[in-house]
Amino acid sequence: MHELSLVASLFDTLEEAAREHRARKITRVRLKVGKLSGVVPDLLESAFDTYKKGTLAESARIEIVLVPMKIRCPDCGGTDVREETDFSCAACGSRRVEIVEGREIVVERIELETDDPEPGPAGPAST
Amino acid sequence: MSTKTILVQADLLATNKQAAAAIRQGLRGRGILAVNLLSSPGSGKTTLLEALVDRLKGRHRMAVIEGDIETERDAERIRAKGIPAWQITTGGACHLEARMIGKVLGDVPADVDFLFIENVGNLVCPASFDLGEELRCVLLSSPEGDDKPAKYPQAFLSADCLILTKTDLVPYLPFDPAKAAAEALSIKSGLRVFTVSALRGDGMDELAAFFIEALGRLRSAGA
Repeated sequence: MHELSLVASLFDTLEEAAREHRARKITRVRLKVGKLSGVVPDLLESAFDTYKKGTLAESARIEIVLVPMKIRCPDCGGTDVREETDFSCAACGSRRVEIVEGREIVVERIELETDDPEPGPAGPAST
Repeated sequence: MSTKTILVQADLLATNKQAAAAIRQGLRGRGILAVNLLSSPGSGKTTLLEALVDRLKGRHRMAVIEGDIETERDAERIRAKGIPAWQITTGGACHLEARMIGKVLGDVPADVDFLFIENVGNLVCPASFDLGEELRCVLLSSPEGDDKPAKYPQAFLSADCLILTKTDLVPYLPFDPAKAAAEALSIKSGLRVFTVSALRGDGMDELAAFFIEALGRLRSAGA
């Protein structure tokens, strides 16, 4: 159950984003979680819901996008999405494959409400 | 008031990865080979370390960091062999993180050759946390069954070396070391596989030689 320590790290990122964009509230958080990352999405979600109480993200919704395993084969140069139990190249059968996606635990986007007048893409907050 | 969506792409393991990278660099600079031992509880990590002490003592200096949820028991066993050992009790956390290692590192004597880190017994969570080690070894004991690599692929995928332990029990168990090794190799093709009985001493010389070789490589790369 290491999801809680990941959520603690997630809140560091959220707090930083909230400060930078002078947010009053965080409304949505989207994560990308690799199928091979060792993270259980349901556990991550309940850890988030426990942790968020009393924070700017109190009413935030968490969305978790599962990323399948993608391999690159150094022998034939192919890339392929594979079932996370099959560590071989679909094209040539090589087992020396390199995993290029499917192990990540990444915050992808954060939706927040801000008093900041300037809408549009995020830029450095001006003082 | 406006709603804003910001794109961040922040790796949640970044803080741990940075701490681990700093540890790895520091240990390389000091010429210390760090080995992270990962396995289920009871697969023989501490017994393996005790047997390694007997193989390395005299020629090499060892230090051990023990990770457990509670008690000093493992560190005491290592200290009883004359080896400096630090116990990290996580108080519930299921894995060690790099910053926990960082806190202990200052106490590790400068003339140590090997730093073994025995992770919290758990074949799942520790796999996600780099501790700054040079080598990661996964232990799989014969009573656990030869079907475990495919059930816990992350641990085997992240390892450099597989140590099949308690092979003295193989005659009494439906455990096929060749099958366990083949399954682990189908997940991670470059794995070095060792078959040992720490109690009887089988395979321990080969394993010790592997660590000594790795230490030599680390030092010649740093020289």
